[in-house]
Amino acid sequence: MPVSPDIERSMLNGQELKSQKKREEWVLLGLSLPAIFVIALVVILPVGWLFYLSFVDGHGSFSLEHYQKMVEYKSYARVFIATFKVSALTTLICIVLGYPIAYFLAALPSRWSGIFMLAVLLPFWTSLLVRTYAWLVLLQRKGLLNDLAIQIGLWDSPVKLVHNMTGTLIGMAHIMLPFLVLPLYGAMKKIEPDMMQAASNLGASPVRAFGSIYLPLSISGLAAGSLIVFVLCLGFYVTPAVLGGGRVVMVATQITAILEHQFNWGAASALGVVLLLATVLVLYLAGRFFKFDTALFGKR
Amino acid sequence: MNNPTALPISIRGLTKKYGDLNALNSVDLEIKSSEFLTLLGPSGSGKTTLLMAIAGFNRPDAGSIKFGDAEMVLTPPHKRDVGMVFQSYALFPHMTVSENIGFPLKLRGLAAKEARGRVDEALATVQLSGLGDRAIDQLSGGQRQRVALARAFVFRPRILLMDEPLSALDKKLREHMQIELKQIHRQLGVTTVYVTHDQREALTMSDRIAVINHGELAQVDTPEAIYNRPKDQFVADFIGESTMLSLTRGGDGRLSFGSEIISSSSPNPSVLKWSLVVRPERLHLLERDVNTSEKQVVFRGHVKEYVFQGETGFALIALNDMTILSVRFGTGARSRIRLLELGALVSIGLMREDIILIPEEGQM
Ligand SMILES: Nc1ncnc2c1ncn2[C@@H]1O[C@H](COP(=O)(O)OP(=O)(O)OP(=O)(O)O)[C@@H](O)[C@H]1O
Ligand SMILES: [Mg+2]
Repeated sequence: MPVSPDIERSMLNGQELKSQKKREEWVLLGLSLPAIFVIALVVILPVGWLFYLSFVDGHGSFSLEHYQKMVEYKSYARVFIATFKVSALTTLICIVLGYPIAYFLAALPSRWSGIFMLAVLLPFWTSLLVRTYAWLVLLQRKGLLNDLAIQIGLWDSPVKLVHNMTGTLIGMAHIMLPFLVLPLYGAMKKIEPDMMQAASNLGASPVRAFGSIYLPLSISGLAAGSLIVFVLCLGFYVTPAVLGGGRVVMVATQITAILEHQFNWGAASALGVVLLLATVLVLYLAGRFFKFDTALFGKR
Repeated sequence: MNNPTALPISIRGLTKKYGDLNALNSVDLEIKSSEFLTLLGPSGSGKTTLLMAIAGFNRPDAGSIKFGDAEMVLTPPHKRDVGMVFQSYALFPHMTVSENIGFPLKLRGLAAKEARGRVDEALATVQLSGLGDRAIDQLSGGQRQRVALARAFVFRPRILLMDEPLSALDKKLREHMQIELKQIHRQLGVTTVYVTHDQREALTMSDRIAVINHGELAQVDTPEAIYNRPKDQFVADFIGESTMLSLTRGGDGRLSFGSEIISSSSPNPSVLKWSLVVRPERLHLLERDVNTSEKQVVFRGHVKEYVFQGETGFALIALNDMTILSVRFGTGARSRIRLLELGALVSIGLMREDIILIPEEGQM
């Protein structure tokens, strides 16, 4: 029996088009397989292993011992408070320093902004360790900064700038700054110049126009950048270890200490798990306030 | 309606240079209070530059811009109190429709209740009542345009500036908005400077049109005068369709095309070379071949081509090897010209009242 011509037309090439779509989907999946494999190998497996270790006591049996200790000993709470404090302060310093930088970059004609952007990114391409030790050299008692300050009469005797909180914050802010500037710059670049013109045309003074138009329009980029900085700080190790000189104890440095002195994998893992959960919680809470995907990847 | 608070704008010697380029070259322009004046010119002619100078967004190199008696050229934009509709609308994406429109009122310290009333009133004027709580990205292009307009006039500025506000809209909506803008202008009576490079839009909407070219004003006149009495070749060419016919000048000063006498005397004896501007729709097909007379000039030629364009079309008539006249015709059943065969010999009449003479380029 012949098919009715209408139905025949609506099915024209239907099978072939469908199977073409299927093929493309398989190809996509195939292309991402290596990445999925790597992630599984280097992220999910080790984290799962640490998670397991944190619930095992010295004799290899299940226990909540490590988590109990964390609740019992005040020192653990202090470490977490210090971690959040350093992270928050670093984020704050980055905001104060980074906002004007991003604003400046976004206001420049693209020819110049490229050059200045390079200056912001340059530290990115230098080893973290090198940069941290460079700060150690600059900030120490007989370092460049102290010498300079004494010479121009800012202070008379060397000030302790390193192996303490000050040094840690200086170093961390320097290393984290690009992470704040980049998303913020992206958000500012998306603000059309006519936005500010319109505000001023409607009667807003420059300060007012900034407050009610520019700031709200760049806030998503600021929030995204701050979040990245804050979260990266939470797990930061090298800089607090080197510039903190043992006086700034954050979770990551504490984990190393536990491993070095007690060789206690369970306790170290438990700390790691709690830090991971805290980080996820921060991300979740922040995600409820801001739509980061649009801030980072543009409008969909 | 004449708005008592509307202000005239007086521009004198306004010059703006970008490097070597004279974006504005000593522009003089008087805009009357409550007038709707359109700046019309090709791309890059300086329309936006002039408008931005009035709004205060670019600093001219020299010149004076007065609103009424007050010199404005040094006043920062936020103190000029002019409403402006940006080509891109420039609506604030983080505010609702009402917040956008209410923004200038908030800046002027209006009480919340009064501001709300004014916003609702403005929304009604642009026929957007009930959409106040929408986010900007939930609006269509035409609706955005109206929000931008409402925001520009809600604070009752004495001057309203618009930079190609309709260019992003499709033809139907654009024509609808043209009429609406005109009505709103009549209702508010605010001095309005409107920028477009669409000549039809300019002719439709304006009290007067200022034709601008290379940063200089070519002609400032009513739409009818601009169309019927263009001053030079640029204006004649830019506004409407036209064919230019070079005329020869006899010893007694009479101007003729071939053997047909177009004018018995030159409009300005010091100008030697003149062109006849022929508008395609001012030509008509003659039933019988007659001679040029007191009433009309007659051209003869062969039909070369027809082009159908919907409500009208045009025929190309070759007068000789060099000159082709375009004749516009209706496409209805009564239009005889479209029944002529290609190659047919026809006589085309041009009424003497419709003769437009302009000096040929490169003199004066
Ligand atoms: N910021 C600028 N720097 C350099 N040249 C400029 C600048 N702004 C405008 N120009 C130049 O000045 C001239 C006039 O520009 P303007 O924007 O006023 O043109 P326009 O008439 O508005 O054109 P359009 O119809 O394309 O909008 C152009 O040649 C343009 O290239
Ligand atoms: Mg323009």
